[in-house]
Amino acid sequence: MTDTKPVPVLEAKDIVAGYGEVDILHGVSVTVHSGEMVAIIGPNGAGKSTLLRTIFGLLDARGGQVRLKGEDITNRAPDQLVLCGLSYVPQVDNVFPSLTILENLEMGAFVRQDGLAERLDRVFSLFPDLTDRRGEKAGKLSGGQRQMLALGRALMLDPDVLLLDEPSASLSPKMVELIFDRINLINSEGTGILLVEQNANEALSACDRGYVLAMGENRLEGEAKSLLDNEEVGKLYLGT
Amino acid sequence: MRAERMITPAVLFVVAFLVTALPFERSGGNFAGTASFLTTFLTTVGIYAIFTLALNIQWGYTGVFNFGVAAFFLVGAYTAAIVTKDPASGEFVQYVGGFGEFLSPNFLDAGEWLPFIVGIGAAGLASGLLALLLSVPTLRLREDYLAISTIGIAELLRRAVIENPTVVGGTNAMVGIPGPLDGYFAPGDWKYAFLVMVFVFLGLLLFAVERGIRSPWGRVLRALREDETVTAASGKNVFAFKMQGFVFGAVIMGMGGAVFGFGRGSVSPDTFDHFFATFLFWAMLIVGGSGNNWGAIVGAFVVWGVWTISLQLNGYDLPGILQVRIFFIRDLLIGSTIVLFLLLRPQGLVPEQRRVSSWLDRRVRTPPDARPPPEADATGGE
Amino acid sequence: MSTYADRLRGNLRVFNEFVAGPGLWILITLLFTYAALFETQLFVIGLIVGSVLALGSIGLTLIYGVLRFGNFAHGDLMMMGAYVTFFLLNGTLLGQRRDTNIGVGLNDLPAGTERLGDLTFGYSFLIAVALSAVVLAVVCIGLDRLVYRPLRRRGSAIVTFAIASLGIAFSVRALLLIIWGPDPRTYVSGIHKAQHYPFDVVLKTDQVFIMVVAIVMAGLVYLLLFRTKLGKAMRAYSDNPDLALVSGINTDRVIFWTWVIGGSLMAIAGSLLALQANLKPELGFQLLLPLFAGAILGGLGKPQGALIGALVVGVAQEVSVAYISAGYKPAVAFLILILILLIRPRGLFGDAN
Repeated sequence: MTDTKPVPVLEAKDIVAGYGEVDILHGVSVTVHSGEMVAIIGPNGAGKSTLLRTIFGLLDARGGQVRLKGEDITNRAPDQLVLCGLSYVPQVDNVFPSLTILENLEMGAFVRQDGLAERLDRVFSLFPDLTDRRGEKAGKLSGGQRQMLALGRALMLDPDVLLLDEPSASLSPKMVELIFDRINLINSEGTGILLVEQNANEALSACDRGYVLAMGENRLEGEAKSLLDNEEVGKLYLGT
Repeated sequence: MRAERMITPAVLFVVAFLVTALPFERSGGNFAGTASFLTTFLTTVGIYAIFTLALNIQWGYTGVFNFGVAAFFLVGAYTAAIVTKDPASGEFVQYVGGFGEFLSPNFLDAGEWLPFIVGIGAAGLASGLLALLLSVPTLRLREDYLAISTIGIAELLRRAVIENPTVVGGTNAMVGIPGPLDGYFAPGDWKYAFLVMVFVFLGLLLFAVERGIRSPWGRVLRALREDETVTAASGKNVFAFKMQGFVFGAVIMGMGGAVFGFGRGSVSPDTFDHFFATFLFWAMLIVGGSGNNWGAIVGAFVVWGVWTISLQLNGYDLPGILQVRIFFIRDLLIGSTIVLFLLLRPQGLVPEQRRVSSWLDRRVRTPPDARPPPEADATGGE
Repeated sequence: MSTYADRLRGNLRVFNEFVAGPGLWILITLLFTYAALFETQLFVIGLIVGSVLALGSIGLTLIYGVLRFGNFAHGDLMMMGAYVTFFLLNGTLLGQRRDTNIGVGLNDLPAGTERLGDLTFGYSFLIAVALSAVVLAVVCIGLDRLVYRPLRRRGSAIVTFAIASLGIAFSVRALLLIIWGPDPRTYVSGIHKAQHYPFDVVLKTDQVFIMVVAIVMAGLVYLLLFRTKLGKAMRAYSDNPDLALVSGINTDRVIFWTWVIGGSLMAIAGSLLALQANLKPELGFQLLLPLFAGAILGGLGKPQGALIGALVVGVAQEVSVAYISAGYKPAVAFLILILILLIRPRGLFGDAN
């Protein structure tokens, strides 16, 4: 990270959201600074995924505000958000199974056609595994390759901030390492990353900062290292 | 809110008024004629209410999607006719049947009632059996598969009737079906007695259905309709319950077909056209309000009322261009009514009492484009 | 003790997989080979009927893939397309009991009815079908705006859409009866001589035309779905609507174009159908069964499957005439439907689960 004063790229403030008549988030705030990689951890049901979905406009925020590069984007539809520079990778069902790998990536760039070739090259150089199989259907890929493709699809718009919902879920330890390595690489090229993780240890080791959510509220936040060393976090989520 | 509560009484009143006033006016103020007309009208409403009630069990309570009511209607009507009729006589009349004779032993005037009870039972049995057979390949699959399969079986059975004149009369209709207790009445008066019988039967069915729906079995059915996965998770065999709901409804439809045949005295394949024998009942159920037995009856009254009114209007000196088309306009009216009700009043004229659980309403309250995906439940769904 | 039962169960599973997979293809190949060898004439007619059905089934399956409901108004809308073509050709409507004519029609175009080669129609028919395709596309989009979109916004259950489409089906039929009456209609009158082809096949040139148009249209749909960005977006949406939304694919646009394609195919299929059969409003609902049977056999949501499925249904229906009464044609479609639901509900091309 640079030593200059950090500029917030994505700012979510006091978000209230939920399903049906139940509120799940009761005023949660998170910030991602330029080029930063931020993890949200917390127990099951803390509202981590709900927060990502609300930021990405898949769920209406009933209170609070989301800002991207200073612009108010609260409750904007996803097809507008992708144009503003935000991308989202859902936890499951994050590829189009009956489309080929190449077509999946093309769909990622649906709203922007310029510079398609360069961005495709970038994704293929990030994930060489996908290059040889570009004509194959995504439904035939293994879990890890699917996750790569999902990341690749989200990168096709060259976003400022990438929202990742549990990128390591149900992957082998070796694959988790690889995926996090790639995410770090993407981050080092300047893309801000906000990821939600069940796997707190892995996430905090990879990220710059972290937030701990519980019961739909901010519990703790700080440098990832300090959270890793934090006794409460350790007891609750790291099993130490 | 108040005005909204007046919609149902207002609709009922207008339909009742027109159904009475039009024939009264047309017959030049003839009370007897109007009474006779109303008797026929109400008898038909009663019979169609049986079908709508049955469809309500399948769709309103179980969520099973039957687009081929005509099939069960047909099976019931023909089975009952075959069981109750006297043997075919004469070289031009040939069909299977004539069990009525064997069902008329010499005790308590058995011929006046026994064949009809056996006929209704046989009709219910045959129709239920058909539902059982049909449910095996389709009920485990998506709703649309059952819908198209029932359309298919309805079409197939209608063709089978047409193709088999020697067995069931073909397009020439199967005529001479006797009416229950008709030996006791003068030919012109029997229809009043039949009206009473129809409504007694409808009352019995309504009682049985209400009891069934309030039983633990009925509660499972409703839970199933609300959420199949949750019901399955609580250890209920979803397939078995869906099948029971489907078969139970089909049994009642078969019985309705039997009553229809007894009332009309003849059955022919024309009656079992998709529009008349399936869609009309759907219109009745949607207009009345699915998930509510009284709604089913109100719907039968209103829709058949509109049908009858348009028939009456045709007797007036309409402009020529309307005269040829009044029936088609009526069909258009009923077709578009169903769509309008789905859009504007999905709960129907008589909404389900337990509004909180009302299935359609629950869907209405879900915000647009906010179908919670599975992963939301894992982390967000407290 | 249970080893025998286990082995039996294992064998049964292998057998089921065989029946559901290669077995089904073998069965279809056998049917086609047998029909082509021993009932050549009926086989060819079956292919023609099947190719008309295919255009309907492809539309049905596309709409199902994108909007996720069975469109029970599909057959009646096909008839509407056929009637619009009829009207555009000669301007005939039902008046007071008798036909009236608005006095203008595409047949009045200079040499519009001059027969193209051995065909029974002139270029006016081609223009009429094209215009009818536009009309039906507009009708479908209108229906979507008025009925389906409000239901979608409200998050209605799939079954609500199906009931609405049934309501539309009967409304459309009533509308056709109001405008054109119940009497059968034909595009052209007069004798249409059949041509002799090898293997004792006798065909009218119109029938050859029907097959060619159907193949061309199916090819165009394939190109659209697999070679254009819009088509890929449609496939993506039908694969995973949530992810399509997340990718920024414009849902409204995908749905709009689905109806445009579905509607145009309805009009073309309906008009082709009316080229070789009398036009009657009731025909629409009777088409539903073979259309769905074809689409389900191929795998709902899979256009390439619908093409094969509809051809199978068409051939099976026509060839059956050699053995059972023609009145049982719907029974053949029904049998295919039940069979496929029993052994492979996802259809020939459907994805697992």
